[in-house]
Amino acid sequence: MPRLQSAAELEKYRAQILAGRNPAKPCIAVCAGAACDGMDSAAVAAAFVAAGAPLGDKIEVRTTGCHGYCEKGPNVVVTPGDICYFEVQPADVPEIIAATLKGEVVERLVYHDPNTGAKAVHMNEVPFYKHQTRLLIGDNPKIDPMRIDDYLAVGGYAALVKALSEMTPDQVLDEVKKANLRGRGGGGFPAGSKWETTKNAPEKIKYVIVNGHEGESAAFMDRAMLTGNPHKILEGLIIGAYAIGAQKGFMYTRHDMPLLEKHVRNALAQAKEYGLLGENILGSGFSFDVELHFDVGIFVSGESSALMRSIEGNPPEPRPKYIRTSVSGIWDKPSNLNNVETWANVPQIISKGAEWFTSIGSEKSKGTKLISLSGNVVNSGVVEVPMGTPLRTLVFDIGGGVRDGKTLKAIHFGGAMGGSIPADLIDAPLDFDGMSKLGAPIGAGGLLLMDEDTDMVEVARYLMDFLTKESCGKCVPCREGMKQMLQILTRITEGKGQQGDLERLEDLIQVTGVASLCALGKTSGDPLKSMFRYFKPEYEARIAAGSGEPK
Amino acid sequence: MTDIVLNIDGKEVKAKAGMTVLEAAQQAGIYIPTLCHHEKLEAFGGCRLCMVEVESRGWTSYVVSCLYPVAKDIVVRTRSPKVDNIRKVLIEELLAHAPDAPELVKMAEEYGSDRNRFAREASFCVLCGLCVRYCDEVKQKNAVSFFDNGSVRQIAFVPEVAKKECWECQECFALCPTSYAQAAYLLTEALAFPGQRKTPAKSAKDLALKSRMIPITPVAM
Amino acid sequence: MCEKDIDGIIEKYRGQPSSLIHALVEIQHANHWLPREVMHRVAEALEVPFAQVMQIASFYKTFSLTPKGRHEVHVCTGMTCHLRGAAKLLAKVEEVTGLKAGETDAESKFTVETGACLGSCSIGPELIVDGKHYGRMTPEKAEAVLNSYE
Repeated sequence: MPRLQSAAELEKYRAQILAGRNPAKPCIAVCAGAACDGMDSAAVAAAFVAAGAPLGDKIEVRTTGCHGYCEKGPNVVVTPGDICYFEVQPADVPEIIAATLKGEVVERLVYHDPNTGAKAVHMNEVPFYKHQTRLLIGDNPKIDPMRIDDYLAVGGYAALVKALSEMTPDQVLDEVKKANLRGRGGGGFPAGSKWETTKNAPEKIKYVIVNGHEGESAAFMDRAMLTGNPHKILEGLIIGAYAIGAQKGFMYTRHDMPLLEKHVRNALAQAKEYGLLGENILGSGFSFDVELHFDVGIFVSGESSALMRSIEGNPPEPRPKYIRTSVSGIWDKPSNLNNVETWANVPQIISKGAEWFTSIGSEKSKGTKLISLSGNVVNSGVVEVPMGTPLRTLVFDIGGGVRDGKTLKAIHFGGAMGGSIPADLIDAPLDFDGMSKLGAPIGAGGLLLMDEDTDMVEVARYLMDFLTKESCGKCVPCREGMKQMLQILTRITEGKGQQGDLERLEDLIQVTGVASLCALGKTSGDPLKSMFRYFKPEYEARIAAGSGEPK
Repeated sequence: MTDIVLNIDGKEVKAKAGMTVLEAAQQAGIYIPTLCHHEKLEAFGGCRLCMVEVESRGWTSYVVSCLYPVAKDIVVRTRSPKVDNIRKVLIEELLAHAPDAPELVKMAEEYGSDRNRFAREASFCVLCGLCVRYCDEVKQKNAVSFFDNGSVRQIAFVPEVAKKECWECQECFALCPTSYAQAAYLLTEALAFPGQRKTPAKSAKDLALKSRMIPITPVAM
Repeated sequence: MCEKDIDGIIEKYRGQPSSLIHALVEIQHANHWLPREVMHRVAEALEVPFAQVMQIASFYKTFSLTPKGRHEVHVCTGMTCHLRGAAKLLAKVEEVTGLKAGETDAESKFTVETGACLGSCSIGPELIVDGKHYGRMTPEKAEAVLNSYE
């Protein structure tokens, strides 16, 4: 493949790809997302490939990234018609192929409502999918992540073409600012303002970074995007670099997902081959390249300054300076960092405009949000809904409610630095500010259901145990404060709580929250804070029971 | 460089741009407690005891003075109920490790810290990193380093290096607020290269001139 | 264990102190652990103080400073797996192997580890052996899985 020299050449090439494809030809998309892979979807895909080979050109088999409905994997989607088959085993393959060739459906493998037995054949009828707005993850079943042509076939890199050929960097920045795109990594900070800070910083050399660390426990949507559609994130990054004036980008991601690494490496190589990375991209005069970096298995490296220290080759201790990384980051150069989902939103904002983007979502939180739905939920998986969607829709309409017929006790957001709210707040809308006020900030978007049997003291102990192991250990309040909180929580769960333990915890939460060096320490007490707000009687009862006093 | 005027504890203080609040305060004779700061070393920001209250453009924030740069017209309060409580709790957390370290005991008196508030785990080291950083930044020998992370982080001498470098130096011992550095070294020596001592271990007194120990002189409120 | 591979990795990064983590990751992948003698060579070649190599190697969970077993058994203790019974699964794994998390047996058959969420929450609790995921594990199924390894 010779490098594409201009926007016109790319569009010509895209037309060629589309001309060579027949939309009526059946295509079987086998999910190879993390959960399906764990249920040996590789064997299913291999069976399809083997059975499809003798059929020549009659059928296409495609291995894809995460479709979303992880609970029911291995997932298979057949186009045209988006027929969804669930829990597919290699033995089911001949039947699916035979039915597909005849334009029929294998009824026994489609969705059956667990209560009514009602069938749902097409994706837009399956309850898990039909309440979603899948702007970001919706392309996953259409793309083999190893093939850049698949991304081009669904309109990929058209936003980059538009940005480079029709817009100035300032116009791109302006569009992102008008879209009010807020960072999806946890803070909800406006991405446009952050870009502007880096753009306006005096240094000539600037960096842009994809934070694909996703260390938050029970969050798996970013890796679903990055593994399933790496070019979308890369396209967003290149557009961002153009707007900001960065010459170099870094992708920082997990070392423990072999498929993710393979797909991202391949995507970078293909983009380079096609002339979408490197010198003079599409003849625009803009040059940009990306380096891939991996975490080495510690949560704190997801913290932005720690991540940057890690890219520099230093231990990932957060940098103690009172200067923003967007002004002075990697090697003291202005460095703009956004997470995977934030970057993934950029191409559609450029293609469809800020006005379209702001028409989706709540008043102050625009667009959609990817959510990892798990815990004691019937339908776990990667979900995408407009901001402002009531939690009830997520939990019941999409999630199918609580497993094993139990009742909902709490909803937990944001992993180990998030918070838990009681079931009676289920009508709250999914919104950055609203959820923060309730004490369960969305964080990166890991949503866990906890059923009636959940011991809230044990949950707090578990989360604190996680954080004490993941902290870097540099500053006293984080290292020592968390250690003390863990000891106190442990003794309460063991029925050995002491008088004054709640006051000790409250003091520790406050001091750790104010005095810690980085966000990990500062928010380490947040789950506990939410527990004290909503579930304090449970704590008091446990201490009273432990110290032998009447409840 | 032009002078910057800021207010620390009600006093107008002149400082040079690029200085930290701690440096400006020390220069003006205003005491701010710290365990991990040393003038010869790069600021670390680990112990957090030097945290102060800063008011700037109507906003109050809590920052560590060893890293926070001076700025025009900011108002710094080195003591306030909240600052004092932060120090009180941090000292209590450290006393769990080194209940008898003189410097900590003094600070505990000042801030009303209860040495028995938290479960004891007498590891003696408070991980201020003075020994590690001194050996790295000043001596450039890297004979002692941090190991592990989070709540199990520790300092240790690297026998292969200590064996060669520490005989003639041992300057880090005097920097240590708990005398753990010396103990850790002697243990390393006893385990990894016993009986090879050529010169007697230096006592803290020999090195007293280099000590970072600053007498606690609280500022009148 | 392949000395040549390790030498190759070290040579690739000679004189590049900022590539320390890359070098250690590659050696860990090739060799499954970081012998002290190898870290001395890394320190010398990359011009990084040995203490700093040790600091990095002990800081990250990915690096092992002791030899690992032929099979690395990872019990996910992420939040969903925790809520779905990871503790019972771990207890069974510890019983079957006779090892606590972090340990390797004398015959170097298994190394048992617990670890952070790997994002396959929907099929939790799960067991990962040598990178292969076993989802929806029960203690009984886990015993069968472990017994299938030589």
